[in-house]
Amino acid sequence: MHMHKFEKIWLIFGVTALLVFLSVLGVSAFYLGNQPPSCLAVVDPTKVDEHETFKEPGLKKVEGKDWDYELVFVAQAFAYTPGTVEVPLGAKVKVIATSKDVIHGFGVAGTNINMMVEPGYISEIVTTFDKVGEYLVLCNEYCGSGHHLMTSMIKVVE
Amino acid sequence: MAKAELKSETKTEIEDSSSLKGTLVSVFFVGFFIVVLWVGVYFLYLDRF
Amino acid sequence: MLKTSLNLKVDRRDAKLVMAHFYVAFIALLVGGLAGLLQVLVRSGKFELPAGIGYYQILTVHGVVLGLVLTTFFIMGFQLAAVSKTAGTFTNKQRTIGWIGFWIMTIGTVAAAVMILLNEASVLYTFYAPLQAHFVFYLGLTLVVVGSWAVGTTIILKYAEWRRANPGQPSPLLTFMALVNTMMWIVATIGVAATVLIQLLPWSLGLVETVNVGVSRTLFWYFGHPLVYFWLLPAYMAWYVMIPKIIGGKIFSDSLARMSFILFLLFSIPVGFHHQLLEPGIDPAWKFLQVVLTFLVVIPSLMTAFSLFATFESYGRSQGATGLFGWLKKLPWKDARFTVPFIGMLAFIPAGAGGIVNASHQMNQVVHNTVWVTGHFHLTVATAVVLTFFGVSFWLVPHLTGRKLTKKINKLALIQGYLWAIGMTFMSGAMHAAGLLGAPRRSSFSEYGGAAQAAEWIPYQIAQAVGGSILFIAIILMLYIFVNLAFFAPKGEEEFPVGEAANQEEKAPMVFENWKLWLGITVLLILFAYTIPFIDLIKNAPPGAQGYKLW
Repeated sequence: MHMHKFEKIWLIFGVTALLVFLSVLGVSAFYLGNQPPSCLAVVDPTKVDEHETFKEPGLKKVEGKDWDYELVFVAQAFAYTPGTVEVPLGAKVKVIATSKDVIHGFGVAGTNINMMVEPGYISEIVTTFDKVGEYLVLCNEYCGSGHHLMTSMIKVVE
Repeated sequence: MAKAELKSETKTEIEDSSSLKGTLVSVFFVGFFIVVLWVGVYFLYLDRF
Repeated sequence: MLKTSLNLKVDRRDAKLVMAHFYVAFIALLVGGLAGLLQVLVRSGKFELPAGIGYYQILTVHGVVLGLVLTTFFIMGFQLAAVSKTAGTFTNKQRTIGWIGFWIMTIGTVAAAVMILLNEASVLYTFYAPLQAHFVFYLGLTLVVVGSWAVGTTIILKYAEWRRANPGQPSPLLTFMALVNTMMWIVATIGVAATVLIQLLPWSLGLVETVNVGVSRTLFWYFGHPLVYFWLLPAYMAWYVMIPKIIGGKIFSDSLARMSFILFLLFSIPVGFHHQLLEPGIDPAWKFLQVVLTFLVVIPSLMTAFSLFATFESYGRSQGATGLFGWLKKLPWKDARFTVPFIGMLAFIPAGAGGIVNASHQMNQVVHNTVWVTGHFHLTVATAVVLTFFGVSFWLVPHLTGRKLTKKINKLALIQGYLWAIGMTFMSGAMHAAGLLGAPRRSSFSEYGGAAQAAEWIPYQIAQAVGGSILFIAIILMLYIFVNLAFFAPKGEEEFPVGEAANQEEKAPMVFENWKLWLGITVLLILFAYTIPFIDLIKNAPPGAQGYKLW
């Protein structure tokens, strides 16, 4: 099978570019810890209110962990609890969420906080809120007729 | 002289008719677009928390 | 020997079967296009749906009818035509199996459509559990898949027959490609068939209380990504084989075309996790592994890009073009059979680049479930693929109905392509931009409690409505063209263009026809990429989820 010299050049360039992309992503994910949200913990979706983490949604200061705060959200058609929350600027926060009914999407506009929220699973992501502003939390996975009304607000304040 | 002229003309034509220079430039334009878009979004990712 | 099986014309009986598929496909285009128009209008904030019709009901119609019905019916019809043309007329038995498949698919489509119209299944085309549709909806989808297997069987039987009759010969390129796509489809649809039959049907019938959400989603996306390649490969068939003939050139390389299709078979399936990058329950290392496999499937597309440019340049230079880009001027821009698919090819450049971004592991957080993704697949399937299908229809429909593509219709077809390009630039461009700002996909108009960020998205939504309206005009034009070519165009002969390879001496290596080898590797890759995370999802599953009907 014959391959033109220029095609070889092109494929070498293309494959190299893909390898560079993968290396950047791999180092960032596995060495710097920037993995996509992938928590492997589970919860009974019918007993979310009794669960240690989820019985009091909202922002909590924590000690002795790699992060300073835990910000807990409970998703239920068609609302996020809490409906609004203030986070101090520069706080390193673990955002934790689960669903009491169907699948929801936890997206915070203008940030990298974006994760699927599925009944039975706990979703979490750690981030540092380093820019002041009002960030809209919205459901970005279809969950029913009120899907587009399902919101919350994170206010990063000094 | 006329003969020599004819010869050189044929030669350039053959070279040109089998060339894939334009293809190489075109695909590298595609490659450039892919890299720019990817790097752009990657920096957006880095910039956001 | 090779030439004997190449029919000059597709047999009339086969043509009927193909046209049956096309009728359903173009009815789907009308219904789905109308739904799309209503969506962009609603989302502009200036229009409300009458009579209590729900946005999400319309959205389900749009996704199911265009993403599943239009594509599957068109592709099955197109592949039947390609095989009948290049491997010979179907036997009566083969054709009967094809008809059975067609009717099973059609019955399934009608059943699912009725449930959607009754508002019993507003679950979108991905039907994520635990949103629970009426069981007839799931049954309908199952029938569509099972019917497609029957039509696929027709293609496989014809291929096997051809190989028996021509021992030691590589199969005709178009037949080979149709076969690869059919096999990929069958391997992929096992996933969706499994979740629907084993999980969702018993659950919607009330036989079981709960459903394992993680398993269901994983089975769906095991199918969901090869699905998009199932759409793309027929477009590649047209690009590799038919477009060279239409412009008067040659196929750049028969063997490389086969190789790229084999690569698609291997790497299209074990990559579903790149749709599930942001979900709990799957270990990030396994996600990353599938990201690597996803990047491998980019390579055959890079090869395709080169082949196509090379075909164009070689042709242009054979016509005396000089300089770096002189060959561009030699291409038949006034021929809609070329130009409309060419617009599709151009769209695939940003489409493919965007796809690489989407699959980039943690970078997915920037774009996941934003309207960027909608913009992305409106470039892939709704421009690159669909414009190529339209381009194919311009000659295939009259070829099958014994009519001619007239100058006037060719002109309309060109206008249709340009309108599509303009409309999609507005719509998809605005979607990509708004998506980067965080605007969600699959959402009705909302001001999100007056949030400042959401207000920034509204101008983009208006741009989407403008683009979507232009696209709807293009759809109407396309339907007019289809009806003309099917029923009213003057009688005549329209060519079925099948390109010849530039290098006739180079026989395609027979290893490409070794299906034990390729299917074996395909299965091994799937087992490698899925076994451990899939067992994890079952073993460490949370209590199952109850069904909800929240619309």
